[in-house]
Order: sequence, then C-alpha cells, then structure tokens
Amino acid sequence: MTGERIFHYLCIGCPLGCRLEVEENAAGTDVEVRGWGCKTGKAYGRQEHTDPRRVVATSVRVSGGRWARLPVKTSGPVPKAMVRDVARAVRPVAVAAPVAAGTVIVADVLGTGVDMIATRDMERA
Amino acid sequence: MITPEVRQLAPRYDVVVSGAGPAGMAAAVGARERGAERILLIDREREAGGILWQCIHHGFGLHHFGEELTGPEYAERCLRQVTDGGIDVLTDTYVYDISPDRTLTLMSGSHGMRQVRAGAVVLAMGARERTRGAIRIPGERPAGVLTAGLAQKFVNMMGLLPGRRVVILGSGDIGLIMARRLTLEGVEVLGVFEIMPYANGLNRNIVQCLHDFDIPLSLSTTVVDIRGRERVEGVTVAPVDQALRPDMSRAHDIACDTVLLSIGLIPENELSRRIDLRLDPVTSGPVVNSTMETSIGGVFACGNVVHIHDLVDFVSQESLLAGRAAGDYVTGRRPPADNIRLLPGDNVAYCVPHTLSTDREHVVYMRVRKPMEKCTIRFGDVFSVKVRYVFPAEMVNITMKPKFLENFHGDSLRVDVVQR
Ligand code: SF4
Repeated sequence: MTGERIFHYLCIGCPLGCRLEVEENAAGTDVEVRGWGCKTGKAYGRQEHTDPRRVVATSVRVSGGRWARLPVKTSGPVPKAMVRDVARAVRPVAVAAPVAAGTVIVADVLGTGVDMIATRDMERA
Repeated sequence: MITPEVRQLAPRYDVVVSGAGPAGMAAAVGARERGAERILLIDREREAGGILWQCIHHGFGLHHFGEELTGPEYAERCLRQVTDGGIDVLTDTYVYDISPDRTLTLMSGSHGMRQVRAGAVVLAMGARERTRGAIRIPGERPAGVLTAGLAQKFVNMMGLLPGRRVVILGSGDIGLIMARRLTLEGVEVLGVFEIMPYANGLNRNIVQCLHDFDIPLSLSTTVVDIRGRERVEGVTVAPVDQALRPDMSRAHDIACDTVLLSIGLIPENELSRRIDLRLDPVTSGPVVNSTMETSIGGVFACGNVVHIHDLVDFVSQESLLAGRAAGDYVTGRRPPADNIRLLPGDNVAYCVPHTLSTDREHVVYMRVRKPMEKCTIRFGDVFSVKVRYVFPAEMVNITMKPKFLENFHGDSLRVDVVQR
C-alpha cells in the first residue's frame, strides 16, 4: 500500500461534464483535483470527495388530505452515505391533514441535526 | 391554505389564461402587473400548480427566486403571487374550445358548460409525455408500461407504487429522478436504457439519481420487446448501431414487472389548432412575436406549449412577459410592431420568439441540433457572442440589446452557431 489513491467523479457544474480525478496524498490529509475545466469543478471535486452531501426529498403518508402523500425534505443537506437511511427512517411516518408548509415532520432525523419538513400545505379534502 | 377558487363565473374577463401550471400562474401575475382587472386562470386539475406538485425533489428556482426550492415550494410561491394579485382561479375545468374572437367554451366540474369572453387569452397548456405509441416498441400490451411522469404522480401524490422491479427506457430527467425516487421507496430499479450515445438528462441527475444508488445507465441501448400477458413479465434490451438499428445477436432479457418511459414531451396544442394558430414544425408550438403573441391578435402563448423548456425558471420568465403583454393589450398599450424575423441557420433548431423589434431588449431562447464546444453564436453580422459550449439538452438564452440592432436595416437575421 502506497497510501496514494485516485478517485473519479463526474462534475455536475455544467453540461460539459468534466471527468474529475481526485488524488489523496499519502497521509490522507489533503487532495489534489485534476481534470476540471473551471474553478467550479475544482471545488466540486474536493467537496464531493471529502464530504459529499445531499438534500433528501421524499414523501410521507397523510390522512384526510387532498392527496394521499405529503412531500417532505431535509431542512439542509445530509451526508451522502445517509441518504437511504434517512428515506427509510421516514417511510413509516404518517400525519393528518391539515399540514402547513414548513412544519417539522421528523425532528433531527437520525441525529443528523436536520429536520424533515413539509414542503407544501396540505388542506383537508 | 391557498385555495383562491371562484364562486361566480363572469361572462367577460380582461384576460383568461388556459392552464395554471408555472406558465399560466406567471402569465396571470404579469397581466395583473400591467393593469388587467378581471383575470381568470383555468386548470383541469383539482388545484393550480401543474406538474410542480409532483416534482417533490429539490433544485428549482435558482434563476427565478434566487434559491433552491422543491417543486411544491416553487408552486406555492407562484400561487401566493396569484392570490395576492386577486386573480380568480377555476380548477377542475377544461377549456374545450376557443374561437378567434376569443370566446372560450369551458367544461367545468362546478359550473357545467359555460362560455366566457376574453379581452386577451394566454395559452399555457404545457406539454404531455410521449407514450409507448410514439416510439412503437414491439411486443405485447400488458399492464405496467407507463410514463415516468405518471409514475411520479402515483408515487408522490397518490401513494401508489407502480411495481417492484422497474426498467426505465430513456434518460430524460424525469426518468432519472424516478430512478432515485423509486429506489428510496424500496423499489428495485434495474437500469436506465438510452438509445442515443449520450444521456439526455442533466449531469447532476446522472450523478445524484443513478451513481449515488449504483443504478446502471446503458447508452446506445434500447428496449426491443416487452413481454407479459396481464402484467409486464420482462423486456429484451439490445445495443444499437450508429443508425440506431438494434443488434439482436447481443440482445438479452431482463425480468421486471414495470417499464417507465422517459422519452420526451410534446406541447399540448389541441386548442391552438382549433383556432388555426400558425405552428412552428420544429417546436410543434405556436409561432410567437417578441411579446409572445401568436398569429392571432390578442392570443398569447408561453411555456412548454410554445417550446419545451429544461428549467421551470425560464418558463416563469417567459410567461411573465407573455402575461404583461396580454395586460398591455387589454389596457390599450401596443408596443411597436416587430420588424425583424429570426431565421435558424447552422446548428440552430429553432429560436423563440420568432420575430424581434428594434426598440427594446429581448431574450432569445434557442436550441441547437448538436453539441459543440468553443463556439460563436452569430446573429447575422450585427452581433455575436462566444460561448464555451452548446448542448441540445440545454436551452441557450441570449439577451439582444437594442444597440446591436441600431444600424441594421434588413428584415431578417440569420442565427448560426459555428465552431471557432
Ligand atoms: S469543471 Fe467547470 S467546465 Fe467542467 S463540467 Fe464542471 S463546471 Fe463544467
């Protein structure tokens, strides 16, 4: 093991889709990003390699509403590795209409420090 | 809660907007801004907002609202503007017919068959998804073959899962979004198959909807057979050659119970055809001037009914313009007529609007036919702009300033995108 490792990412900054190469230094304390066409890609490669995060949007069951599902999202991005777990954790949740947009549906989901919030009003049917 | 429904239907309105999706909502707001008083916004669904309600993912609004929103959040903001503007919203109602004198025949769940007259009309019916018939996939006709957008409505609004093992045909953004959405609901997504050698969706969706969940994307590959008696039991996929002919010797079968189609959108112009609006054969939408007015005076059009947009933000911006022009029309303000026609040239599929005036600034939207890097967009010899790249999947928009046209005296401008 040399400790040097190379990882590949597709830049999402624009349709050019530069293929980024991220190389960790031996100590694993820093990275070098190559293959970018502009600064956006350079920053994206670093972020995506060291701390990738996503906003999770899903829906929960709602009773007595205009629709059967209430859309929700995380109030901020969560670590990419937790996306599936976050979605699974809210799957059994059910609420009753009416619900106002912005209402916290699950607080501090899986200890991530972010809440699952309603992204629309759900009026009674 | 915002439900600005109308109780009484008047026989006459200043502006009637057909379709209350993002285009219709912005158009109604634009008409109000310019002093139209009685505005009626009509939609066939049970609530205004259009497709945005089912697009529960995040990533809308960066251009128009300056922050990233989910579809429902974007819809609520637009709807708030509609309510604040005191605009009448009539849902559960279909605009069944329209005459050139702007009399609309409505079929309404709450009001029955009615006619209303409009000082100006804005067509904002949007688009519908291409279905299996549009690409003639051979095979049987079992249940379980549906468009990605319909599946999105089932999952995100109605709480129904379309199946357990899903194959997605076409790499359009809705298909990619649904690959992730179904995965998060515990459905197995076996792969996305795209007949072209490149993906149609945004790189962001390739990464965040497919790579994040290890969902394979097969380019230059298509579905050549769908099997199943009652319900889909499987599909056959095969790679295609450069002429898009499948190579059956390399075909293989996949067992699945659902096929989602994400193969493009078609503007919904049935109403436009009823009054014989001039349509552009490339966009399949109405030909419009720089105020988004169609070939019939007082009839405006905006959003996906005119040309398919890739970002809702541009739909809102274009529609605000259309609505303002409709407002000007009914309050008697007429801008100078357009005097320059735009002619799509090299590597330009179309330009919207189709004509320009020289007195004010315009945004020209256009789509290219093939990808190009390091190129120049040329408007005749009056104006050119260098761009790093163009892609067919990404609409180009160029701001045309009056000073560029100061010394131009022709009546048409050819638009070319050329390599530097
Ligand atoms: S690095 Fe820059 S040019 Fe390359 S894809 Fe990313 S944003 Fe586009």
